[in-house]
Parts: sequence; structure tokens; C-alpha cells
Amino acid sequence: MWDRNQMAARAAEELEDGWYVNLGIGIPTLVANYVGDKDITLQSENGMLGMGPFPLEGDEDPDLINAGKQTITELPRTAYFDSAQSFGMIRGGKIAAAILGAMEVAENGDLANWMIPGKLVKGMGGAMDLVAGVGRVIVVMDHTNKHGDSKLLKECTLPLTGKNVVDRIITNLGVLDVVEGGLKIVETAEGVTEHELRAATEATIV
Amino acid sequence: MKKIYDSAETALEGLLEDGMLIAAGGFGLCGIPELLIDALVESGVKDITIASNNCGVDGFGLGKLLDTKQIKKMMSSYVGENAEFMRQYLSGELELEFNPQGTLAERMRAGGCGIPGFYTKTGVGTVIAEGKDHKDFNGETYIMEEGIFADLSIVKAWKADETGNLIFRKTARNFNPPAAMCGKVCVVEVEEIVPTGSLDPDHIHLPGIYVHRIIQGEHEKRIEQRTVRTA
Repeated sequence: MWDRNQMAARAAEELEDGWYVNLGIGIPTLVANYVGDKDITLQSENGMLGMGPFPLEGDEDPDLINAGKQTITELPRTAYFDSAQSFGMIRGGKIAAAILGAMEVAENGDLANWMIPGKLVKGMGGAMDLVAGVGRVIVVMDHTNKHGDSKLLKECTLPLTGKNVVDRIITNLGVLDVVEGGLKIVETAEGVTEHELRAATEATIV
Repeated sequence: MKKIYDSAETALEGLLEDGMLIAAGGFGLCGIPELLIDALVESGVKDITIASNNCGVDGFGLGKLLDTKQIKKMMSSYVGENAEFMRQYLSGELELEFNPQGTLAERMRAGGCGIPGFYTKTGVGTVIAEGKDHKDFNGETYIMEEGIFADLSIVKAWKADETGNLIFRKTARNFNPPAAMCGKVCVVEVEEIVPTGSLDPDHIHLPGIYVHRIIQGEHEKRIEQRTVRTA
């Protein structure tokens, strides 16, 4: 079974040299630590390409934050732009991939990650635009919820962020692709058998 | 025509009306028009609808206008940082129209460009698409979203010249240009007004045609999530 960092490292293998990529909050943020020698430019949807690491103490700039409102830094390649242009490049398919977390993924690629009815609704932010617009949507999440129930479902029960949008799912148990008719196992995590992965999955595995 | 005013209060004179639609720039607390928000609080204008990505935090930014109950409705993509917002929303005092972030930005830009509606894939198959016109292009389904035409825009820039040409700084640009474009009247607050001719014309982010009134002032620029790394 993979831990958070191993999941992030596995997700980083998905990225190809020269790609412009948007990373979501949580485990996806850790992916930046594992890109190695690949030339990857990170987009922050509040208006920046070429996002750098967090600043050293004392170097924080209130005019320089990421989409999670955290202070960050710029790089030699950095470019700034407004929100309309930022989502123009997202909607226009210029961002090669988005890596993001999820509450539920269905076997047809439906994604739910923004709202639990009856709980406080904070909003979708840029998630709906990202999953509708980027080239490849890669979900990184735990395979099951805290009750042990599968998060890979036949159908999502929560309100959707996007319909038919997920390409690949990386969980603590392995890697699955959304294909015609259901999910296809690409690989299993170290120490996880295919039988165990199937047993933990509600979605149809083809 | 003189665009420079000596205070946020005088810059808003004659522009405010109860029930109006205001587009505000900023992302979180970054690049928000702090001085104009304070002046709106002082003015007492009420029942306003605000198109803004967020609604500040408790007691700061647009959160101040929540405390005084001047906001009737918010058009936003994310409102998670604000307990008073949630209280007013759950008690039915405040209306909320969720917009995907890119849709909100494009609705502002479109309004400013005279485009009343456009089609986007964002939100197809979700609650956002309910009741909206659907149309297929090249085998894919899109929904129609409407341009925002605001009565007033309040934005924050870094520098302005005396004709209203604007330069923004880093990620504080965010929603400010599209918000500025979609208002009938746009009031801008900046950190520095510089003499006309001192900005490089090739470096202007938003031309002064979109800017009607300008004020200069001191900004608190509060940081929402101070995050640092160790050396």
C-alpha cells in the first residue's frame, strides 16, 4: 500500500517533459516534490505560470499567493495574468494535466469533489473549469473513505464537479484508468494484490 | 477630464444606489479594493449584489459589508473563509449564486466586451447547468452563461497614471481587470499615481479607457495563509 508521498511520487510519473500542469490542494501539492529533472511549469489559477516554492520567512509577499491563498515565490520563467486569461488557458486546453483530489469517482469518469449536501458548502472555486478544460484529469485519493467504503463507485452519490472527465485514478492501492465499460487496473501498489484491489472497489473493473 | 479624486468617499459620490450590482476585484484578500470597501461601509448603501470571487474574511475585505448587512446577494466561486457569511446564508438573509471561477471571470470579461452570452463546457452535467441553455458544437455539449454588466466596478491596481492606465503587481492582478471592464463606471484604488508619460506604454496591463475615477492610498494587504519553507 502506498502512503501519501508514494502516491504523489506515482502521480509525478504521469507528467511529461514540457507540460504545463495545475496541481490541486492536498496530496496533489506534494507531486511538485517528485518531478525530478522533467521540465514542468506549474499553473496557479489565480493568475500565474511558473509557481515557485513557499518563501523563506521574511520574504512573504501579500501580492504573491497561490490558489490556496498561501504565500509562494516566483521563478525566472514566471508570467502573471488576470483570471479571465488564466481560465482561458484552462478552458482552451492549453494546460496538459490537472492532478486533483476527489470524494468520489464513478466508473464512467464522473467526478465529485466540491459539495456534500447538508454540510457547509464552500464553493467549487476553479475545479469545474479545470476538469472541463485541461487535457488530462488525474485523480489522487485514498481508495476508500474513513468508513472503509469504496470511493470508486458505479455512480457518484454526491453532486458532480464534472461529468465523464476523469482519465486516471491513483489511490493508495494502485492505478486505474477510466475506459469503455468501467475501470481498468493499470498497476497495483507494492504489497497489494489484484484481488485486494478488486475487493475494495465498487466500480466495475473490466 | 480629471480622473483623480482625493478620497474613496468622494470617488464614489453620485455612483451609489440601493440594490445596485457591483463587480469587485481580488482573489481571497489579495488585490482587493480595501479603501473602496471601507467607503461602501461608510456610505450605508444597501441591498447590493456583489460579483466577486470571494467575500473576504470575517471583519476584513468584503466581510465588512456582511457585518453591516449591506449585501443582499453574492455571485462567487468560493466563500469558505467566512463564518458570518455562512450564518447569514444558512439563515436565509443572504442570497448566493455559485459560479465556477473561470465562468465568473469570463462573465465579467464578456460583459466588458459587449458580449451578453457565451457557451462553455464548464459545469455541463452539474447543478450549475440546471435551467441553462444547452447547445452542441462539434459533437460536444456546452451551456450558455451570461455576461455580467455591473453598475459599478471597484478594483485595486498597483500603479496608475493620471489618465487611468493601470499596472498590477504579481498575483494581485487576478479578477481586477475583468471586474474593471464590466462596470458602467469603474473606480480604481492604487498604491501610487504617477505622472502621465512615466509608464511604458508597452507595459500597461489595463488601458485607462476602462477607468473613470482613481484614488491613491495606503493598503493593509493582509495575508490569508502565511506559508514559509525552512532554508
